[in-house]
Amino acid sequence: MSHAANSKWVDACIIAFISVICLLCLLPMIHLLALSFSSNGAIMAGKVSLYPIGFNLTAYKSVFAHAAMVRSLFFSIFLVCLFTAVAMFMTIIAAYPLTKSKLRGRNFFLFLIVLTMFFSGGIIPDYLLMRELHLLDKIWVLVLPGAISAFYLLILKTFFSSIPVELEESARMDGASYFRILWSIMLPLSLPSLATLSLFYAVGRWNGFQDALIYITSQELYPIQLKLYALVISGQANDLSIMEAQNAGAPVPQSLKAASIMFGTVPILLVYPFIQRYFISGAMIGAVKG
Amino acid sequence: MQPLSHADRSNKQKLLGHARGILGDWQLYFLLALPLSYFIIFKYVPMLGVAVAFKDYNVFRGIWESEWIGLEAFREIFQMDAFLYALRNTFLLNLLDLVIGFPIPIILALLLNELRVKWFKRSAQTLLYLPHFISWVVIGGMAVQLFATNSGSVNVFLNSIGIESIPFLSEKTHWVLTYVGTGIWRDAGWGTILYLAALTGINKELYEAAEVDGATRLRKMWHITLPGIKPTIVILLIINVGHMASIGFERPFLMGNPGVSDVAEVISTYVYTVGIQSARYTVATAIGLFQAVIGLIFLLTADFISRKVNDQGIW
Repeated sequence: MSHAANSKWVDACIIAFISVICLLCLLPMIHLLALSFSSNGAIMAGKVSLYPIGFNLTAYKSVFAHAAMVRSLFFSIFLVCLFTAVAMFMTIIAAYPLTKSKLRGRNFFLFLIVLTMFFSGGIIPDYLLMRELHLLDKIWVLVLPGAISAFYLLILKTFFSSIPVELEESARMDGASYFRILWSIMLPLSLPSLATLSLFYAVGRWNGFQDALIYITSQELYPIQLKLYALVISGQANDLSIMEAQNAGAPVPQSLKAASIMFGTVPILLVYPFIQRYFISGAMIGAVKG
Repeated sequence: MQPLSHADRSNKQKLLGHARGILGDWQLYFLLALPLSYFIIFKYVPMLGVAVAFKDYNVFRGIWESEWIGLEAFREIFQMDAFLYALRNTFLLNLLDLVIGFPIPIILALLLNELRVKWFKRSAQTLLYLPHFISWVVIGGMAVQLFATNSGSVNVFLNSIGIESIPFLSEKTHWVLTYVGTGIWRDAGWGTILYLAALTGINKELYEAAEVDGATRLRKMWHITLPGIKPTIVILLIINVGHMASIGFERPFLMGNPGVSDVAEVISTYVYTVGIQSARYTVATAIGLFQAVIGLIFLLTADFISRKVNDQGIW
């Protein structure tokens, strides 16, 4: 009897502990959200914790009034779409032929691809290559170098392989070309995994920062993460202070920064619930070697 | 002219067969052409590009026309204090990540495994995995908002209850702990996935038998659950040690600030500073290459150990 009671007590403790940890995961974001909606005075006085004090939308209005920020936002959306389209196209046309075990040279191609998961030239050789190709400070430099993830390619190949061969064989009998099979059989049958991979690519591009920092110098080509970095972290908020001078009663940079950070995060939070479990299976495939 | 011998003929047929096979599959090769060129141009050409480390790189002459200088650049980097610091910091930060960060996902996974209320477990997992998808830029920005010495929310709160500000980001030791802490915040939950997967593989009958014997939960955890995930723990530990010499760029770069560069400058950020900001390509490439070689030695050693311990390599 006391055993069972004891066990219940333990259960309660574990639930409480896990709840606290979960809260810790969320608190920073909730706090920032609260800051972004709060009034200057309340922030300065340190009154804002987990809910807005002196609720107002000034910070968000300022973000939208900030031309460079809005441009980065739209540029990032455009970049993510372009990148995802290119990456999916490349990954699909690479994955499909590699499912054919009779294809001559297949193992060699696979070896070439897997090797790139372990070795790379490094930051500088990559940079010099981009320069030789005249890609520096062009939108394509944010698209092409990452156009195929070897890892996602292997995931898609595994998926294509799981589609019953009979479907393909009977289509071959009817004289369908490989192009046609890929287009009218393989792709329609793998829509869920194609959608998942697209989201993988999209999230990666949205969060991507390093390549933009190294390759991009023009403000017009700043993706959102680089813009956020310039605004919030490296303290190059020059153009912001001009804006503040223009609007009397503009929010302190605190709420503005918080609002900007929200812009960098919210799209991820929106898609996260839908892709979470796919990411988990992706993590498993990665662990159980390709 | 001699008639074709039997062997010759069958060889010829084989060749024809090969040719027919390749021709018949031309569509597949056609599809592969673009991706393969991608890998060659964007992955293999830079690998050859590490030759820059052995050349006195001249912007106008390009990589191949520049003069060979042998190991000169490597001799140079070992006389750079900043490089040695960066090397030390890389190992230091990785070591702390390992010592402090490695056990946490294991503990979390064990606790999650004890949860019986399904919906609660699932929601907890959703929340725990979430930080993994937040970019380092955003995490760095949040760190400034929360932990800045004067205006950071945490310090403002501490001040309001009469405690002095803690220099989370501006004093070296505090910064290192903040760095490790943000890493845990972002990835500890995500790190439970593999352990939870291993946990589902444990034979349920073991628990039932233990219950019959009247084992407590703690004993079951210690004698059944933990041994059940031990192989996973060992292999992940080995993989982590194997990655000791390599460090990502974004996390140290975005968490760091000029005030703490003594401990925050690591190999990857140093390559960026020397190579991209100061355009000293030869030296920066040499540093990158040196790190890659050390990293490879670590990985191969880890793989060797893993084969000894687990009869299985790490890839």
